Amino acid sequence: MNIVEGVLNHSRLALSKAITAVENEYDEAVSIMTQIYPHTGNAYVIGITGPPGAGKSTLTDKLAKEYRKRGKTVGIVAIDPTSPYSGGAILGDRIRMMDLIADEGIFVRSMATRGSLGGLSQKSGDAVKLMDAYGIEVIIVETVGVGQSEVDIVKTADTTMVVVVPGLGDDIQAIKAGILEIGDLFTINKADREGVDKLNIEIEMMLELNQESVEWRPPINRTVASKDEGVIDVVDSIEEHRKFLFQTGKIEQIRASRIKTEITAMINDRLARYVDKEIISTDDFANTVIKLQNREIDPYSVVDNVVDSVLK
Amino acid sequence: MDKRIRVLVAKPGLDGHDRGAKVVARALRDAGFEVIYTGIRLTPEQIAESALQEDVNVVALSLLSGAHNTLFPKVVELLKAKGMTDVLTVGGGVIPDSDIPGLKAAGIAEVFTPGTPTTAIVDYINANVK
Amino acid sequence: MANETLKAGFEAYTAGVVAKFDKNPERGNLEPNRLYTPLDLEGFDYERDLGLPGQYPFTRGVQPTMYRGRFWTMRMYAGFSTAEESNKRYRYLLANGGSGLSCAFDLPTQIGYDSTDAMAEGEVGKVGVAIDSLADMEILFDQIDLSKVSTSMTINAPASVLLCMYIAVAEKQGVAADQLRGTIQNDILKEYAARGTYIFPPKPSMRLITNIFEYCSKNVPKWNTISISGYHIREAGSTASQEIAFTIADGIAYVEAAVKAGMDVDDFAGRLSFFWNAHNNVLEEVAKFRASRRVWAKVMKERFGAKKAKSQMLRVHTQTAGSMLTAQQPNNNIVRVALQTAAAVMGGTQSLHTNSKDEALALPTEESVTIALRTQQIVACESGLADTVDPLGGSYYVEALTNKIEAEAWDYIKKIDELGGAPEAIAKGYIQKEIQDSAYKWQMDIEKGNKIIVGVNKYQTKEEPPKNLLRVDGSVGEMQAKKIAALKAKRDNAKVAETLAALKVACGDDSVNLMPLILEAVRAYATEGEICGVMREVFGEYKSHVAL
Repeated sequence: MNIVEGVLNHSRLALSKAITAVENEYDEAVSIMTQIYPHTGNAYVIGITGPPGAGKSTLTDKLAKEYRKRGKTVGIVAIDPTSPYSGGAILGDRIRMMDLIADEGIFVRSMATRGSLGGLSQKSGDAVKLMDAYGIEVIIVETVGVGQSEVDIVKTADTTMVVVVPGLGDDIQAIKAGILEIGDLFTINKADREGVDKLNIEIEMMLELNQESVEWRPPINRTVASKDEGVIDVVDSIEEHRKFLFQTGKIEQIRASRIKTEITAMINDRLARYVDKEIISTDDFANTVIKLQNREIDPYSVVDNVVDSVLK
Repeated sequence: MDKRIRVLVAKPGLDGHDRGAKVVARALRDAGFEVIYTGIRLTPEQIAESALQEDVNVVALSLLSGAHNTLFPKVVELLKAKGMTDVLTVGGGVIPDSDIPGLKAAGIAEVFTPGTPTTAIVDYINANVK
Repeated sequence: MANETLKAGFEAYTAGVVAKFDKNPERGNLEPNRLYTPLDLEGFDYERDLGLPGQYPFTRGVQPTMYRGRFWTMRMYAGFSTAEESNKRYRYLLANGGSGLSCAFDLPTQIGYDSTDAMAEGEVGKVGVAIDSLADMEILFDQIDLSKVSTSMTINAPASVLLCMYIAVAEKQGVAADQLRGTIQNDILKEYAARGTYIFPPKPSMRLITNIFEYCSKNVPKWNTISISGYHIREAGSTASQEIAFTIADGIAYVEAAVKAGMDVDDFAGRLSFFWNAHNNVLEEVAKFRASRRVWAKVMKERFGAKKAKSQMLRVHTQTAGSMLTAQQPNNNIVRVALQTAAAVMGGTQSLHTNSKDEALALPTEESVTIALRTQQIVACESGLADTVDPLGGSYYVEALTNKIEAEAWDYIKKIDELGGAPEAIAKGYIQKEIQDSAYKWQMDIEKGNKIIVGVNKYQTKEEPPKNLLRVDGSVGEMQAKKIAALKAKRDNAKVAETLAALKVACGDDSVNLMPLILEAVRAYATEGEICGVMREVFGEYKSHVAL
């Protein structure tokens, strides 16, 4: 089977194998992505993040169902952390989505972070492109919002939703810095718990401080995803944001900036790999480190020499 | 290359005893595998379709109710029908020795019976996933 | 001996053994201290902590006479294939000295599917008997006088339906409902947490349970309306303390639900019963039974203000630990079960099921079931363990261990209260996570050799594959399908539709007790799948989302 043809002809098997090729960095991955690229750019991408225990995957499951009701095909990329001890991972999001499986209009793929340095956002971005080329209309990327690389992932979305829950204590403080400013909309899940109003006010206050959002005021929705409450409103809000982006032409800005971010990351990644292989991992460089340690040379001269040799 | 072995751990049928499946899932994670845990009360179709979407190397089935002779082969058949010809399907649970040849003939690569250490499952997967 | 002298003596003893162990190392990885003395029971107060048997806090047992009056009920859990086959096994067990019945239902029955449902494929008649309608239930209890026998039914999500079938069979035998004795498991919370045969979401499930409490308190007063089960929590891998803590937390939730529904605690609490596991560590198990009675008594008296002694008593059915049976050298299981039986009896159980040696491999044969039943009879009649009440009461070790397990249980109950009670703790996955962590630790302890299981990780031998295992015929599904087709041709289908429609309306109204409506549908020979199907439509289905 030709994987590229398969993906373009809606073969689920080909799509799955193509994602594996990208994820495992198989040699053919570059060729697949090169051929796929012209066929991308049609899907609408939604990023979902928030602290652990916020109910993101339950909400994702419900959003997917609501989009199916509205006649859209849906792809889900669910990202879970890799264990730093073993390199393994338990990818548990699919368990919430098992009753979606019978529906051919849905494709779910779980990915582990694999501890890659920034490479994850490239891989998940490629998985999104493959789903896009396959013909999926709405793609949801769902990840735990705890680290910078997760934030990078959701930044690649057209609409980014931050999910929070009442009663997690200081979590709002912890996530305030990193995540709150990337939210195009906010969802307070498990809204049948105490502390909803307080959390709502806190988010409002933070949005007040963030004056960037004059044109688009991020809506705050309340859901009880496990009971299917409020899900329709969330999808309506996403659709409003989509309309806003298209009507104002902001979508082009976002996508241009996404492409720039992606290509920058890819160049940096390629350079970093080259430097690692040709310089950092050599015996010669080990000697350089010893010399540095003995204060025989200084780090600035080493950097100058390395950069000169790479650029020559 | 940044390859990891991916394993789907699933319980077909109606049996809710998931102690073994969960212990195995954790042991596989601790052995460096990526484990997609799909829980209890699944149909063979849900399992096979999940295996396809996740492109796993291994499907690990657990069943204690005695319905293995019906349900395990069904998963293998569906995987084949979906073109997942390179996946290793293994099973575990309360399975009498006399059922094992039949299950192997139906495409179950290996059967792990009660008392098997998790390390034996890890070793088997490492040795048999290409 | 005054405590000061004892302390000095104990220190000298410790120094002595430590010196000895320097030369020849002590057996490692053991939890208990190597010796218990009165020093471990400081503050011990006999009246407060133990009391007399049959008296608060019931540490020594729930009846004054315990087994001097009569032995525990020897109740063998059985059922497989069709109602006809299982009826034969029940009559065999009763003829051989079994004193109560215990019905095992197959998984489709436990999850409210008819044998013909697509979800039932491969499972019909496998882990228990297939019951699709009242017609099957009539065959199951054919020639068994329901006014004489007490029957326990391991049924949870559809407990209301199976209980109604039992009541309807009794009617046909001319036995009034108020004469019926037995137990339904009816414990949905542990299904969510550990066993997996749930159907409906928590709210309607709790409603069904309180409906049963209320209906039975008026109409089936001798029936135990719930068996709050730690057994499956332990099987899922919990520790002894977790087993009783999580189960008592579930019990608290049921009592709260019934009180909230307007019932007086003393009207139903006497019909609550419990279900413990008898595991391998004999003395730890004895302590667990004793601690559990003390904790429940305090919960009922202090938390719920129960006044009747009966409401404060933790009455318990026990089963030996299925997960401790080994597939290797299966005859060794006879010895394990004998020790577990000893633990349950010294722990003061009210009834007991003993597992058969071949159950790690398949369903038990008649021969192996007989050995399991004989094991109870030997412990009862020959061992002397049943000759005096709470024979281990006052043992320094057992009392210290009882205190320790009780303290650990209170810690967990407190934590669960903080999380908002057992249903919330389960919804958050807390209880499942604690159980899984213990299960994983147990397995790793075995794999590292910290824990020895004879024949599994030590003293292995090469074995021939076992012979003569019981096989359930694959044609049971087809037979049940034929029975259902015949039933549907024969019964008054208009009447069925009418009773189901009435049930459906009632399901939508929380103020209605569903039991009389389910009974009407059962009497009309509606199938279990039809009845549960109506409830599924209104209540929806629960999906487990807790991963690892």
